[in-house]
Amino acid sequence: MIDTRLYLAQRISALIMVPLVIGHLAVMLYAVQGGLTAAEILPRTRGSVFWFGFYGVFVLAVSVHAAIGLSSVAREWLNWTGTRLRAFAVLCCLALAVLGMRAVLAVTGL
Amino acid sequence: MSTPSEMRVTVARGDASNPSEMEFTVPVEANQTVLDVVTWIQQHADPTLSYRFACRVGMCGSCAMMVNGEPRWTCRTHVSRVLDGDRLVLAPLRNLPVIKDLVVDMNPFFDAWQRADAVHRPSRARADGVAAVNPESRPRIAADAAIECINCAVCYAACDTVAGNPDYLGPAALQRAWTLINDERHSDPAATLDAVTGTDGCLNCHSIGSCSHYCPVELRPLDAIAGLKRQVVRRALGKRLPCD
Amino acid sequence: MMNTPRHALHWAHLLHRVSGIALALFLPVHFYLLSLALTDPDAFSSVIAFTDQPLVKVAEGGLVFLLCAHLFGGLRLMALESLSWTATQKTLAAAGIAGSALVALLFFLQVARA
Repeated sequence: MIDTRLYLAQRISALIMVPLVIGHLAVMLYAVQGGLTAAEILPRTRGSVFWFGFYGVFVLAVSVHAAIGLSSVAREWLNWTGTRLRAFAVLCCLALAVLGMRAVLAVTGL
Repeated sequence: MSTPSEMRVTVARGDASNPSEMEFTVPVEANQTVLDVVTWIQQHADPTLSYRFACRVGMCGSCAMMVNGEPRWTCRTHVSRVLDGDRLVLAPLRNLPVIKDLVVDMNPFFDAWQRADAVHRPSRARADGVAAVNPESRPRIAADAAIECINCAVCYAACDTVAGNPDYLGPAALQRAWTLINDERHSDPAATLDAVTGTDGCLNCHSIGSCSHYCPVELRPLDAIAGLKRQVVRRALGKRLPCD
Repeated sequence: MMNTPRHALHWAHLLHRVSGIALALFLPVHFYLLSLALTDPDAFSSVIAFTDQPLVKVAEGGLVFLLCAHLFGGLRLMALESLSWTATQKTLAAAGIAGSALVALLFFLQVARA
């Protein structure tokens, strides 16, 4: 099911996410020091164009990446093919992108 | 390690519509191969057992089976290396339709070679003379690394990607395409690369590496497929093939 | 019918696939909880407070492990696909898992200290 376009999209989204995942891990390691509180997180992120860009790109990349990965698994482990498989991939991508962007908007308040 | 004097051998019988298993007790001999065991069963216990072999010396690629769950060339696999206690479980190759007992239909395997455009199309006519090929050139080294394939389908049986997607071309056919793309005498490497970059081609490989792990002649289809993926990416970036 | 192949890279592949699926399933939950910050700030605060539970911290450590395993596994894959590194692949796979465990442990120590 993987053609050149999907293969490149999978690798490019992965490469984009390498620094983002490392950044996200660093943020988490920093943020959990002394326990998590909403009062601590939100002032850092609210109104920040930087974090909006950081997590906005992250969400879009992961939507593409996860949709391709999940449809590969659906092809091989569930034997899905054709229209059903394509619809599943598109649905995964859209659902993750919409939910993810909502979360980014909520946390940055932009 | 003490060797038992007898082994218990479970053999898959029948076909996909009527599968069953039979157990045989077979004497253990020195330097015995798994193919010797199958032959002993057919000659001394059950003459109706079907299996396939020809050369017995690891050249023809016809005797591969699942031995204790792993694909092996049975004529060159010593029992002493694979015996699990006193147990040996023999089954037809994975990922291929069973005809009867230990014999599989090899057609899907060879069809994949055709679909991969694994056909040499000469770039010269008779009058052009013999092409001078530099054995030290990078493409030739890559081609040489893969030409000793005996078509035994052990890699095809080992491949989980084939198991999940029967339309996937599989390691052997893709490796063959890689040798052609690196053969400077092949007239149309771009067409061969096209044939292996379709929706069921080399880009579906997950680099699990069972092909290289189980290849009885120690070829590395995993490397060949990685080579194909690199050429696909290079071509997408507008670069030329190694022998174009 | 037959067993699937058993060797180091096969396990590395399975870990990559299973961690990918788990992360993809976790993401919608993660996104939903974060979006509560906008729609229902009180619920958001109580979700954050919920992460103080010891079991939740262990689960978070597990997620960090999966994320790292998928990151290092993916880097290994792309390195293998773009370079000819076969001889050292197994070492890289092992290093990837070890690295993941290390970062997850680091994270767990941080939350446990809190």
